[in-house]
Amino acid sequence: MADVNRGNRPLSPHLTIYRPQLNSITSIFVRITGNAMIVAAILVVWWLMAAASGPDYFATIDGLITSFLGDLVMTLSVLGLWYHALGGVRHLIWDTGRALDVETADKLGWGMIVGSVVLTLLTLIAI
Amino acid sequence: MAYMTDRKRVEGLGSARTGTEHHWTMTITSVALLLLTPFFLIIVGGLLGSSHDQVVGSLSRPVPALIVGAYLVVGMHHMRLGMQVLIEDYFGGTSRKIGLISTTILAYGIAAGGVVALAQIAL
Repeated sequence: MADVNRGNRPLSPHLTIYRPQLNSITSIFVRITGNAMIVAAILVVWWLMAAASGPDYFATIDGLITSFLGDLVMTLSVLGLWYHALGGVRHLIWDTGRALDVETADKLGWGMIVGSVVLTLLTLIAI
Repeated sequence: MAYMTDRKRVEGLGSARTGTEHHWTMTITSVALLLLTPFFLIIVGGLLGSSHDQVVGSLSRPVPALIVGAYLVVGMHHMRLGMQVLIEDYFGGTSRKIGLISTTILAYGIAAGGVVALAQIAL
């Protein structure tokens, strides 16, 4: 067992193997949006910790997070959050064994794209 | 065999033996996050750009603090498991280990930072 293979197992085939289609692209973006939200999480917790520290430091971080660049990052994060959430709903549906045929899966893909934009606009109006 | 559930049949299988639990944890946390997301967005989105007094006043109330705290803790647990899959898909060997360790520290560090901040705001 000491000479067991540790280094050169194959990684899962991805990106370079498949011809892109709606299913794979929407799935890849679920992964990208999910992981990219680490940036928003860091910013929000930084902002919370600044609020806990006191008014002066809070003003600095609040200025950063509500600057043009901050607004852009947070708005894109809301879009990413809704997209990822709808991707999660799609996963929950698929996990029950439903909607796995190509035509329905494509509809769910477009639903995620359109739905995330609509929910982002609604969020921006609501807050 | 007829009385065995689907889950029982797959538990502990696969190369890491934890795939079933990983998937089920992602399912549970994703539903929790779906329920919390609208409330989290309304609370935090509404407070971004508000004065320090407003932010502290709002987040020192129990329900907003509960929603923000729960969202960060559950969200970062979900984030850690998601980043784990990303790293395991694209990296091997030492870089995989370093990636798994550093993203775990980052995710739980963010969750702890949020909880500590909420506690200090409330006190």
